[in-house]
Amino acid sequence: MATLFDKLWQAHRIAAAGRGQDLIHIDRILLHDLSGARALGEVAEKGYRVPHPELAFATPDHAVATAPGRTAETFARGAAGVAMLRDGANRHGIRLFDLGQDGQGIVHVMGPELGIVLPGLTVVCGDSHTCTNGGLGALAFGVGSSELTHALATQTLRLAKPKSMRVRFDGAFPPGTTAKDAVLHAIGALGTGAGAGYAIEWAGSAVRALPVEQRLTLCNLSIEMGARMGFIAPDETVFDWIAGRDFAPKGAAWDAALAAWRALRSDDDARFDADHAIDAGGIAPQVTWGTSPEHVIAVDAPIPAPDAAPDEARRKAWADALAYQGLAPGRPLAGTAVDWVFIGSCTNARLSDLREAAAIVRGRRVAEGVSAWVVPGSVRVKQAAEAEGLDRVFREAGFDWREPGCSLCVAANGEAVPPGARCVSTSNRNFVGRQGKDARTHLASPAMAAAAAVTGRITDIRRPF
Amino acid sequence: MEPFTAVTGPAAPLLRANIDTDVIIRVERLVGTTRESMGAHAFEIWRLRPDGSEDPEFVLNRKEFRGAPILLAGANFGCGSSREGAVWALAGMGVRAVIAPSFSDIFRNNAFQNGLLPVVLDETTVRAIAAQVEAAPGNARVTVDLERQVVIAPDGSAHPFAIDPARREALLAGLDDIGLTLRAADAIAAWQRADRAARPWAWPAAPQQRT
Repeated sequence: MATLFDKLWQAHRIAAAGRGQDLIHIDRILLHDLSGARALGEVAEKGYRVPHPELAFATPDHAVATAPGRTAETFARGAAGVAMLRDGANRHGIRLFDLGQDGQGIVHVMGPELGIVLPGLTVVCGDSHTCTNGGLGALAFGVGSSELTHALATQTLRLAKPKSMRVRFDGAFPPGTTAKDAVLHAIGALGTGAGAGYAIEWAGSAVRALPVEQRLTLCNLSIEMGARMGFIAPDETVFDWIAGRDFAPKGAAWDAALAAWRALRSDDDARFDADHAIDAGGIAPQVTWGTSPEHVIAVDAPIPAPDAAPDEARRKAWADALAYQGLAPGRPLAGTAVDWVFIGSCTNARLSDLREAAAIVRGRRVAEGVSAWVVPGSVRVKQAAEAEGLDRVFREAGFDWREPGCSLCVAANGEAVPPGARCVSTSNRNFVGRQGKDARTHLASPAMAAAAAVTGRITDIRRPF
Repeated sequence: MEPFTAVTGPAAPLLRANIDTDVIIRVERLVGTTRESMGAHAFEIWRLRPDGSEDPEFVLNRKEFRGAPILLAGANFGCGSSREGAVWALAGMGVRAVIAPSFSDIFRNNAFQNGLLPVVLDETTVRAIAAQVEAAPGNARVTVDLERQVVIAPDGSAHPFAIDPARREALLAGLDDIGLTLRAADAIAAWQRADRAARPWAWPAAPQQRT
């Protein structure tokens, strides 16, 4: 009667750490140029060893330019972080996937892609979207710099076990509805705080039918529902996807892994502290209207009025959000003119995301006055997309085709949506100022973003356009 | 880490829900800056007007709340990014404790690592304390007493709060987690030896040392 979460936790529990905490072994540490560089700096400053450099992997992604031909110095203020990451990785013998090298990319894109992240592993990174990696059946979660330093110096973390939640999507997603829409819908229905204190197992027939890259997208937004950890029980779809990847086990180790991974599922009689079921068939393409991921509606639904908010705090939040976004309640989002489109981020910058967007763009042009960027999630994604000509589809339509990095998702690299501009973005956060000071963000799937780019308006992809 | 025993002072009411870490500190302030310098940039999205001048209406700019060691906030405080800079920025502006109905998990962990105390009280109580503060701005004092696990409101009423005992002890002593864990190095090594045999697939080969 154990949950998958119980099994993952128990498999990594070294000892009780006293008073409700456990000492948990960490199998993989992912390091990037902001928090990773800082943690490596702290390790050096305090004179700690890194006992297991073979379990840590580094790549710069946050504060690096994505302009073609970029180097670490292209965004000058980010260069120090990249230099610290390089120095720390070299000093401790940690594998580094540097700018311009094979394997570099957004950390949650390159980790699964290279087989660094595997089912059943504990994975940490100084990045809240580490939960993305739960799509492979890993127990992956974001930590701050201090906990990251702790993990580097001890290969463990002291953790209180979260409660368990299951969210099931039963049935099948309708055409036009992706994992992105599903998880945005769940956040809208349950709230951005619903998962706080919980580890979420995403389950149900619609989830089991998802290909691996969609599962990564689904788990990516676990943190936007408040949950540090979100995962999906791994299955043959995942195992087939992992087989042969660079750091995936080979030979006898692969056979041992498969046997272990096939046991990674919640028992039929497992009890969850919270359990939610959502009808997958009722989910339309979603777009956020406000400044929190829970401010989300179907593309053809009316923008809600603050007076309809369930309480005073949300009435004020909704009114502030509408003012910031320059929107009025009552009308649907479809038809709203946009200035920018961003296809990228650890949420939606994998090959299948780019294919989905390219399928909409092919034979069309980016609308007059719209700036549209595609930022592939990794060097491998970029190369694979170019091999099948997707870069040409985007370029010929008028998109910018850029180098891998976080870019406009977090605007930490000197790239930003201009003040007041409205951006449809495949990223994960629509917070005030997230994509740039006073920038207005609408989160959506890659196909929805691509449709907005070519029409110049938020567009319902289920209807002819 | 600075120990936390008890703090008394003004409490700034910022009762919005879902205050995210992007609002607490903008990402560009995390790049190429020291953690000590981040306090100057805390809440700049709200603290500053478009021309860069201070917005006198914003609560943390009001003279009675400048440097307040306690922040009263709405539910799900610190949601969003894992950036520890959010805690460093709050600490840098003098905040020692945040009282809210709930916190994001990552923010709460980061707070404990830096001697900043996240106190969970129910929303009604947080609102009542904020109302008392607003009724006597500049005079009202709130106490957060970790030893007794209680918040004393301006009217003298006492509101107990729960906290993980291990976290409480570490804060009271100003204890660093890493030192504590390294004492268990032998147990960790023994666990890892057994794990290498049980899960050979989980242990990649050591990287080639660069020459």
